[in-house]
Amino acid sequence: MTGILSLITFAPVLGAALILALRAGRTASPRGDDLARWIAFGASLATLGLSVLLTLRFDTANGGFQFVEDIPWFAGLHYRMGVDGVSVLFVLLTAFLTPLCIAASWKSVEQRVTSYMVAFLLLEALVIGVFCALDLVLFYVFFEFGLAPMFLIIGIWGGKRRVYAAFKFFLYTLLGSVLMLAAVLAMIGAAGTSSIPDLMTFRFEPWMQTWLWLAFFASFAVKMPMWPVHTWLPDAHVEAPTAGSVILAGILLKMGGYGFLRFSLPMFPDASQAFAPLVFALSAIAIVYTSLVAFRQTDIKKLIAYSSVAHMGFVTMGIFSFDVLGVQGAIFQMLSHGVISGALFLCVGVVYDRMHTHEISVFGGLVNRMPLYAAIFLLFTMGNVGLPGTSGFIGEIMTLTGVYFSSTWTAVIATTGVILSAVYALTLYRRVVFGEMTNPALADITDVDLREILIFLPLVIATLWLGFQPGLVFNVTASSVDGLLDAFRTAVGN
Amino acid sequence: MTAQALLPLIVFGPLAGALIAGLFGSRIGALASQAVTTGLLLLSAVLSWVVFAQWTWGGLEPFTLTIAPFIHVGEFISNWSIRLDGLSAVMLVVVTSVSALVHVYSWGYMAEDPSRPRFFAYLSLFTFAMLALVTAADFMQLFFGWEGVGLASYLLIGFWHHKDSANAAAIKAFVVNRVGDFGFALGIMTVFWMFGSIQFAEVFSHIDEIAGSKWRFIGYDWSAIDLAAGLLFIGAMGKSAQFFLHTWLPDAMEGPTPVSALIHAATMVTAGVYMVCLLSPMFEAAPVARDIVTLIGAVTALFAATVGLAQNDIKRVIAYSTCSQLGYMFFAAGVGAYQAAMFHLFTHAFFKALLFLGAGSVIHGMHHEQDMRRMGGLWRYLPVTYAVMTIGTLAITGFGIPSLHLGLAGFYSKDTIIESAWAAATSHGGVAAFAFMVSLIAAGLTAFYSWRLAFMTFHGTPKWAGEGAHGHHDAAHDDHAHASHAHEEHAHGDHGHGDHGHGHGAHTPHESPASMLGPILALSVGAIAAGYVFVEKFVGEERNEFWRGAIFNAPANKVLEHAHHAPAWVLWAPLVVSAIGFAAAWYVYIAREGLGARIAARRGIVWSFLYNKWFFDELYQATFVRAAKLLGDLFWKVGDQKIIDGLGPDGVSAASYALGRRTGRLQTGYLYHYAFVMLLGVAGLLTFALWAWRA
Repeated sequence: MTGILSLITFAPVLGAALILALRAGRTASPRGDDLARWIAFGASLATLGLSVLLTLRFDTANGGFQFVEDIPWFAGLHYRMGVDGVSVLFVLLTAFLTPLCIAASWKSVEQRVTSYMVAFLLLEALVIGVFCALDLVLFYVFFEFGLAPMFLIIGIWGGKRRVYAAFKFFLYTLLGSVLMLAAVLAMIGAAGTSSIPDLMTFRFEPWMQTWLWLAFFASFAVKMPMWPVHTWLPDAHVEAPTAGSVILAGILLKMGGYGFLRFSLPMFPDASQAFAPLVFALSAIAIVYTSLVAFRQTDIKKLIAYSSVAHMGFVTMGIFSFDVLGVQGAIFQMLSHGVISGALFLCVGVVYDRMHTHEISVFGGLVNRMPLYAAIFLLFTMGNVGLPGTSGFIGEIMTLTGVYFSSTWTAVIATTGVILSAVYALTLYRRVVFGEMTNPALADITDVDLREILIFLPLVIATLWLGFQPGLVFNVTASSVDGLLDAFRTAVGN
Repeated sequence: MTAQALLPLIVFGPLAGALIAGLFGSRIGALASQAVTTGLLLLSAVLSWVVFAQWTWGGLEPFTLTIAPFIHVGEFISNWSIRLDGLSAVMLVVVTSVSALVHVYSWGYMAEDPSRPRFFAYLSLFTFAMLALVTAADFMQLFFGWEGVGLASYLLIGFWHHKDSANAAAIKAFVVNRVGDFGFALGIMTVFWMFGSIQFAEVFSHIDEIAGSKWRFIGYDWSAIDLAAGLLFIGAMGKSAQFFLHTWLPDAMEGPTPVSALIHAATMVTAGVYMVCLLSPMFEAAPVARDIVTLIGAVTALFAATVGLAQNDIKRVIAYSTCSQLGYMFFAAGVGAYQAAMFHLFTHAFFKALLFLGAGSVIHGMHHEQDMRRMGGLWRYLPVTYAVMTIGTLAITGFGIPSLHLGLAGFYSKDTIIESAWAAATSHGGVAAFAFMVSLIAAGLTAFYSWRLAFMTFHGTPKWAGEGAHGHHDAAHDDHAHASHAHEEHAHGDHGHGDHGHGHGAHTPHESPASMLGPILALSVGAIAAGYVFVEKFVGEERNEFWRGAIFNAPANKVLEHAHHAPAWVLWAPLVVSAIGFAAAWYVYIAREGLGARIAARRGIVWSFLYNKWFFDELYQATFVRAAKLLGDLFWKVGDQKIIDGLGPDGVSAASYALGRRTGRLQTGYLYHYAFVMLLGVAGLLTFALWAWRA
């Protein structure tokens, strides 16, 4: 099975290359566009198939890295790939969401279709690369370049204020990137290696840990995003096309949480412990503050974006609880949020495709014309609210229980999130779906069609299945999380 | 078949019905959806009675079936399971019997509604969630059922989703319940870290080791078990609509009336009482938490009874009555008489469902009129409904002859509670004494508002004929003038879909069809006999044999023994106060008919206070709702847009631009810098605080 990770990572690139080769020298045509769509869809399905195979072959009893590839590169750097229990499911999540995104873009993206599909496949490849890279420099390359396609997707296929949103997105991430690059260089200098597995066992001096932790924190906090560096996210979501929002919320936000687990905890354990109260404070603020802001939004996408920030607060809090429940819960919450928020943005996309707006006030009474849509939207709203039986519940209760042991105050403040999420999510649902249909423009709106049903079906199944059988995730992540926490406890000496 | 084989059928039958009607309702049609869900529910109810009979008379031993793993992380272990013991055996028959009867009743009541498959799917879904709740063997499944019934309640309150008032009520119910669940969730976390387990059996077996120890929580050292039990009780307050968290229940009457009977009277709202009884091993070791339970229960019993005096919507009167009766159950548990609480839960399910379905029959017969001021003299037109409502009224007022020890269902259960409160008051005093006084006062008030309802509806001169089709407008103006509340004017709208066939002229009230009367008659059997048949089993000499360990009484807890030796005045007092309440209602609404309306028209302070429900809605609106909106806007428009963006990305791009310009804008610039520093300061302070209070 060696090489499967490279295959998964570069399968989308092959698809992109094929699209470019076939359209070389031709002007855009409806047939050419369709071809690009089908190739992209096929490539993403192939990636998904390989990722499923990867997950099935993954040895859950083994907490270390598996399917490792190590090829010397240049200047002492190595091309190193591998996955463990923490990362393997993020590869699967990326591969799971991308075909759904391509299917969702089938009709809504009509301009520069081939470029769009190429950008999307490159995005998939780079993001998968982030989760597979076992070399610091390789990771950095994937991590930073992964933003470029997203930058383009927002900037080219986005809404009216796309340039502002893309600029803001860029500015924030730039800050984090610069600091992280400096930290990467300092680490290689101090440890003499760029191998992530080696760095995980290397003990940096405490003072150095502090600076390195802060530099990585700047980058990951922006990606999560954590309060107060979250304001780029609502703008990016509002302007991004539907599929861009799905990947942004579903995958890109998880790179921050993954980074904390892969770098901050194992490599800078002392600093992590010292800064945990800071993370708790920012997480608790994020949950209360952004939930209240979400409640007041007038745009569906902004509301969901703000709710994402609140949900990511549970993740950061869980990770820095250094407890098995908190960390397992945080990983679960990231995967679950990937599915549920992705689905919610697809729900917005359904009405956006029909009405070309996501202003809440335009809608109302959709249930009268779109009963099936109403049912689907309800399920994911309940997932967002964290209703038991959906995957949204598991992550919340586990992270809260985990953090309770470290800080009951944080647990109490964060638990108010269960009240606030019900307030904003149910208010949104009521204003969009319930009530009389008063806007005459909605009179002919149609319910979800077969293509849309097929897009939602896997997400519905995933939300409920993980909600009733969360062990599907925990069994995969358990060994690696236990190893991570054992090493952490040894390092900080308790 | 053995009980082990029957239980999965009982629990999963309703789920199957819900899935079939919910997913394929539009394909198979309304009739098939109704038949499938109702058939499976009837089966579930029959099998529940079989299991209950095996439990009561067949010596069945408690057991737990493990169906599948749920969450297994570290010591946090939860399984999908079905637990059978005395408590769940009782709840199984209550839930499935009332649910089956409500399913049947809805054939008639919802006959003209186009969304019947959805309605029946929701009813069955609710039943499944409630069964999952009562058969849970650990806190996670309990919480699953707890929130699952909350979902079903939300969906059914908002069933007529074209009505804004129904949508608002649905959200209110969900959110207020979530406030309770905030405490419940923290309680579960506390239990987990305190006991290292969330399995009931495991937790209960370690109570003795924890009792008396301290537990650090938000900076204070708390008495450990009291803290855990107190947090969990907050959840019970939400679900069972107790004082402070009661505001959602009256509004929940926006849902179709069968829903009010099933969910908001007989079953779901009793989940809090069930939880406290289930956790009796914890509450027995938590004297402070028990005092809080007693106090909240007693205050609710009194509060809701007073509000019930002044309401005009027939369903709201019964809703406040439910709230009040739940208060009785709670203070019974609080003084240690868990068996009495469960007994009242059991009998209350029959007579309260009866009252609600009877009210539904009245509303149906009156063509969707819910205002009692526009009823009167209906006994002639709805004789069967009148008869069963009278039985229900006698049952809820606890009518019976103490010397013969013979009465309707409420007589046995309510009087046991009153006697238990007396017993606790004599041995401990304190809140138990308060609860005992409340129990008598509220019994008088219960009689007044219950007979007021009966008299205004069935007796006196008819007020529905004559001037105008509905006589709607005058009254609506009255309400506008006084109650700022938006719901009263919608009191008219229950069953809004159904009135197409009737036309809009003056209506003659009519009796309901057999599908509606049948279930009511069946419930009236329970309202009459449930007390007499089961009093010995639930609270009498055979109680330990009946519960078989499902309810724990500490060795020092002799409340029920003492209650059985209450002096004669304690036995007769409830009858006397009920008679006074009856006489007062008779005087105001029959002998001096119109006196009640004149009192209301005067708008006295007391009347306004009661009519406006002690102004709780206004208070919460002015505080919590307003604060959430203000803070949301502040954080968004000032926090995010001006401060964070102003100094972040927008500030960066504006910085070079602004450098050359020294205008008055600088000042505002300074303002935001200060604000930014303040924000950082707040974050820093909180960081420090969380670091300092690590425990």
